[in-house]
Amino acid sequence: MQAVIDILSWIFIIGGSFFAIVGAVGLVRFPDFWSRLHAVSVTDSAGVILLIVGMALQAGLTLVTVKLLLILAFLFITGPTSTHAVANAALVSGLKPRSSVDRDDADAATQDDKAGPT
Amino acid sequence: MFILAVIALFIAMVLVLIRLFVGPSLYDRVLALNSFGTHTVLFIGVVGFLNGRPDFLDIALLYALINFVGTIAILKFFRYRAIGDVRRDTAETDG
Repeated sequence: MQAVIDILSWIFIIGGSFFAIVGAVGLVRFPDFWSRLHAVSVTDSAGVILLIVGMALQAGLTLVTVKLLLILAFLFITGPTSTHAVANAALVSGLKPRSSVDRDDADAATQDDKAGPT
Repeated sequence: MFILAVIALFIAMVLVLIRLFVGPSLYDRVLALNSFGTHTVLFIGVVGFLNGRPDFLDIALLYALINFVGTIAILKFFRYRAIGDVRRDTAETDG
């Protein structure tokens, strides 16, 4: 039984670290700010959950698992909130997403040049 | 096997740092900082488990708290040019 739990926790931990790398690579390679939001949320959701559940399996039913679940619960609350706060702040400050649907190209070109404070 | 997770998280943190330095706009940097904080929380947890000292998780929990507060503070500063009491005139210039 212990071997099964060990193997299961290794699978979770490897999966979690894999998604952490996937999110980081996405954060580097995605073209603009708005698509990077998705990359960050990949690490915030999949990476965090898999790694913490993997560690919780490794620790078994002890106080450590309670702390791990506390961290998981807290990251659940703050992850999306902070990502939303960043996105809202960016949108308000004029960093417009490149949507060619609701504006014509002439306006799009000028708006993108002066978008976002450097 | 925890070594694998430590190395993977280290690579992820280096990549996030690249985005932190390269990031064209301010908000890319804030996003990278936030992601770096989350990676640090995981890194502290995994290193704690690696050394057989699970009481590192208190540090990881604290770091998660501070990271969130820091992100919101940075955003508020760049929005209102002040973290403390927001003066009426700056608050009115909402986008």
